[in-house]
Amino acid sequence: MQTFIVVLALLGFAAVGYTMGRARAVMTAGGMPKDLHSLPSYYGSYTAIWIGLPSLILLAIWLIVQPYVIDGVVMGGLPAGMTEGLSPSEYGLLLNDIRNTATGNISARAGEPAIAEAATQLKSLSQTSFILMVIAAFGVGAGGLAFARNRISPDLRARNTVEKVINVVLIISSLIAILTTVGIVLSLLFESFIFFTKVPFYEFLFGLNWSPQTALRSDQVGSSGAFGAIPLFVGTLLITFIAMIVAAPIGLMSAIYMAEYADPRFRAFAKPMLEVLAGIPTVVYGFFAALTVAPFFRNAGESIGLDVSSESALAAGVVMGIMIIPFVSSLSDDVINAVPQSLRDGSYGLGATKSETIRSVIVPAALPGIVGALLLAVSRAIGETMIVVMAAGLAANLTVNPLEAVTTVTVQIVTLLVGDQEFDSAKTLSAFALGLVLFFITLALNVIALSVVRKYREKYD
Amino acid sequence: MTDTTSSPQGVSPGGASGDPIRRPVFVGPHLARRYARERRFRLLGLASVATAGVILLILLGSIVSKGYSAFWQHEVDLDITFSAEELNPDGGPVERETLLRANYLDMVRDALKREFPDAADDRRERRMLYGLVSPNADLALRNMVLEDPSLIGTTQTVAIKMSDDMDTFAKGFIDRDLPEGDRRVKDREISWHDHLEAEGRVHAAFNVDFFTTGDSREPEEAGIYGALIGSILTLTVTLLVSFPIGVMAAAYLEEFAPKNRFTDLIEVNINNLAAVPSIVFGLLGLAVFLNFFGLPRSAPLAGGLVLALMTLPTIIIASRSALKAVPPSIREAALGLGASRLQVVTHHVLPLAMPGILTGTIIGMAQALGETAPLLMIGMVAFIVDVPQSFTDPATVLPVQVYIWADSPERAFVEKTSAAIMVLLGFLVLMNAVAVLLRKRFERRW
Amino acid sequence: MSSTSMTTTPEVASKSPSPEQLANRYTKVQSRDVNVYYGEKHALKHVDLDVYQNEVTALIGPSGCGKSTFLRCLNRMNDVIDICRVTGRIALDEHDIYDPSLDVVQLRARVGMVFQKPNPFPKTIYDNIAYGPRIHGIAHGKAELDEIVQKSLERAGLWKEVSDRLDQPGTGLSGGQQQRLCIARAIAVNPEVILMDEPCSALDPIATARIEELIDELRENFTIVIVTHSMQQAARVSQRTAFFHLGDLVEVGETETIFTNPVDSRTQGYITGRFG
Repeated sequence: MQTFIVVLALLGFAAVGYTMGRARAVMTAGGMPKDLHSLPSYYGSYTAIWIGLPSLILLAIWLIVQPYVIDGVVMGGLPAGMTEGLSPSEYGLLLNDIRNTATGNISARAGEPAIAEAATQLKSLSQTSFILMVIAAFGVGAGGLAFARNRISPDLRARNTVEKVINVVLIISSLIAILTTVGIVLSLLFESFIFFTKVPFYEFLFGLNWSPQTALRSDQVGSSGAFGAIPLFVGTLLITFIAMIVAAPIGLMSAIYMAEYADPRFRAFAKPMLEVLAGIPTVVYGFFAALTVAPFFRNAGESIGLDVSSESALAAGVVMGIMIIPFVSSLSDDVINAVPQSLRDGSYGLGATKSETIRSVIVPAALPGIVGALLLAVSRAIGETMIVVMAAGLAANLTVNPLEAVTTVTVQIVTLLVGDQEFDSAKTLSAFALGLVLFFITLALNVIALSVVRKYREKYD
Repeated sequence: MTDTTSSPQGVSPGGASGDPIRRPVFVGPHLARRYARERRFRLLGLASVATAGVILLILLGSIVSKGYSAFWQHEVDLDITFSAEELNPDGGPVERETLLRANYLDMVRDALKREFPDAADDRRERRMLYGLVSPNADLALRNMVLEDPSLIGTTQTVAIKMSDDMDTFAKGFIDRDLPEGDRRVKDREISWHDHLEAEGRVHAAFNVDFFTTGDSREPEEAGIYGALIGSILTLTVTLLVSFPIGVMAAAYLEEFAPKNRFTDLIEVNINNLAAVPSIVFGLLGLAVFLNFFGLPRSAPLAGGLVLALMTLPTIIIASRSALKAVPPSIREAALGLGASRLQVVTHHVLPLAMPGILTGTIIGMAQALGETAPLLMIGMVAFIVDVPQSFTDPATVLPVQVYIWADSPERAFVEKTSAAIMVLLGFLVLMNAVAVLLRKRFERRW
Repeated sequence: MSSTSMTTTPEVASKSPSPEQLANRYTKVQSRDVNVYYGEKHALKHVDLDVYQNEVTALIGPSGCGKSTFLRCLNRMNDVIDICRVTGRIALDEHDIYDPSLDVVQLRARVGMVFQKPNPFPKTIYDNIAYGPRIHGIAHGKAELDEIVQKSLERAGLWKEVSDRLDQPGTGLSGGQQQRLCIARAIAVNPEVILMDEPCSALDPIATARIEELIDELRENFTIVIVTHSMQQAARVSQRTAFFHLGDLVEVGETETIFTNPVDSRTQGYITGRFG
């Protein structure tokens, strides 16, 4: 919060610099803005950039470096006996205790004098650092202001400089997307790599047993921890398959009906309805699956003598299918509408009925696009989390029976990472390995689907 | 077929001069079959759309029917004696400290005992009796006394919240004809309830607390206010980060960037990011924001950043298509007057594209508001009672609150969950309505 | 058209009907007081036009004059457009084609159509031709269907060019071949009337000449109505010509008469290239 106020104050400073720069420019031109190379406002922006940019960069660097320096000093100040021979995680725990004590939160070791002393030191260091940071940031800002003021003259090409800076900012903005992807890949790869040093790669990909509970002591039950992900992959595919059985026909037929049969009044009503279905948060679908659909299937199964699990793959899959219906239908709708009218005319002109035209001309013509849409839907289903977290099982059963409970990749990621985490246990790290698999599978599906759809669009453009 | 005078119908199979090509046969069952197929196909399409509609109705219906009751809470009027011994033992001026520490629960219990003197004196039955009202009923009493110390020593009729089970029973969701073993509310409790009911002490009131308090382990105390504030803080971060970056990226790609392999790469990247599962963004947030940059866990700051990365593609794609829709003639006109490219974009193109950009942004924000999975990864699923005050306080958000409550075993949380969903959907409808209005109001056809 | 700056009328090359043919003319399609509205727009006004069997009737006129609209009325292709409304009477063999009891599928099988841009289905050449016979249940068995496909391609003058690649996609053919494929597709159903909507506008001169020849050959078995932008084409292929202008049918008559001795000054102006 404090930092936020500092940022605001710096922005205010830059705003002041803007007016000063503007006034300065007009003054150097002898009150004749016409004689300036650029409009006065550009001189203002020029000044504001010279104030804001360096000071904000300094602020960012300071904030990133500060914790490392302070932690180092504080830990270094502890009695040697306390820090010697600690593993990284124990070191982290100790640091956490000190931090909690400093912020007044409950901590396990608040009573120890060394800790209390370290906490006081941490607190005062943080405060000093904050004050120093504010002074430094404003100092740099003032320096920037002085520099800019000096440079301002009617000949200064302020507009070009400002536009160059803005151009760089724009480029950086569009690079964020790439940085995000790189960040995803690197973080997943990095943690997965550590995981694969503990669990062999082939065991993870081809093992048939999944029970990630590594026990604290070796004599506990299930201490081994098995990381064979095949049951998760099978479970994911089973639920995805059920979802597609629901979503593909309904979504496709809806799209066909909306594109070819429905009159505008019906469309005006049905399209928003599908959009509402698409806009419902997945957590709501999950609640619906767990509380309404799953008991319904269980009771229905009971009444005909079938034993349906209350976390059956069927319930999760059907609800996921419902969630995907609008996705399939809106993508297919676009694809079907892209089929040129001349093909329809050609078929009608031969005396074909609408359904004959749809089945033998429009759908075949739109097939690549429809396949692309379905692939995107599959990728969506594989990556969907909340529905399965709430309605599918936790136990990794290797089965393709839709009436039994199965678990999925996303369910396991959530279960493994919610709650307390230690970053060096295979259990936690395995979530990243699963995430890596999930990311690459969905990425592959998306790349294929998008290129298929794009090729299809080009064909009829 | 050179005969010109005959052939009134022209449907004669074959030509007059042995023409080998047949005319279609339009009589008989063939055409009828074709039309039957046509009808079936059409019906199938209509049925598909109808299925989607029916499912939507069932979904909304089940949530409303389960959740509407959460907006009401049953209270029981008890004659509470604000015992002077407890609240002001030394008889001097009232001390705030004493009032804060006093045992108000006993006052509630005394009132219950007075109401039901026949309750047996064993621990089980006592606990059952005390269980009629919320275990947190004392907080309300404490606030009453703190506000008005003159209550000390008097006996007042105070409306005390019923416990979740009794509230559920009072709402009629527990069938009293079930065998006793099969229901949460026992015969004894029912008889007490009926007694109070007969005395006119039980009444339902609008559940204000649902909208003004944070989470609680007791369903009757739990509210969505904390989650709501958490959502607002998180979305503020998301908006502040994703809107400027998204618009700038879109402006660069659409207006400034040269068409080369590099910008192609960015474009492919954005399209793919839009389809990356949300949970992967959660993993990114956990590994980068929490573990690498050391942002606080469970905080709106980290959550907002993760959601910002997630909504960024949506905003960029929407902004780009809005920019694309601005006709080139406008750019040419401005360039022709000697404006720089930046001036063309900031003075002409962006303002014209702004309604489209805002519509896309609102839709992106609505997605972010409904998102749950990535926030679970960064610890926003913790049980948090306090209402968050800043971007770094531990917080939760509406959909995560739904998830937490949906996971709770108490029957009364089902109605809370449904009610929270209704609030969440209300906000989503509102945001989308604004987006639609914006589109309708400012839509421009070039 | 005006660029050709012709002051003389185009040469009328088509064979005019002989006197006894004229006497025996059978009215295949008869339209009376046909009006078409697109929403508020009155696109076609009070058109009375007869189309005679086994003749080529050309519809000419400047763009937007309603000639294509009229053509699309003849097999009710305007039904596809939501806002389009047709009034008046169009009779095929004296039966009103807008009669609610009439079946539009049946009508379109009897009145085939070839479009401005070649629009082969994204299927094989064989399947393109076989599509019509299949949906109408004309052929019984594979052998018969093969025969229909071959006959239709032969009649469209395409058989020699494609007989060895019937299983290739129809979209892979050249523009002129595609259009002849579309004609073959239309005649595979053996309609009584074929409507052609500027069938050569997307083709080069050689392909155009090939199609025009084909039209003249097809006249023997079919009644043809052709919309064309080119007066030379109308003169070359048609027996009768109708001139449309701003939604009115200005003049209709023997092609020779229209091009040599038009009655209306607008027709005169158009064929001599003063406007168009």
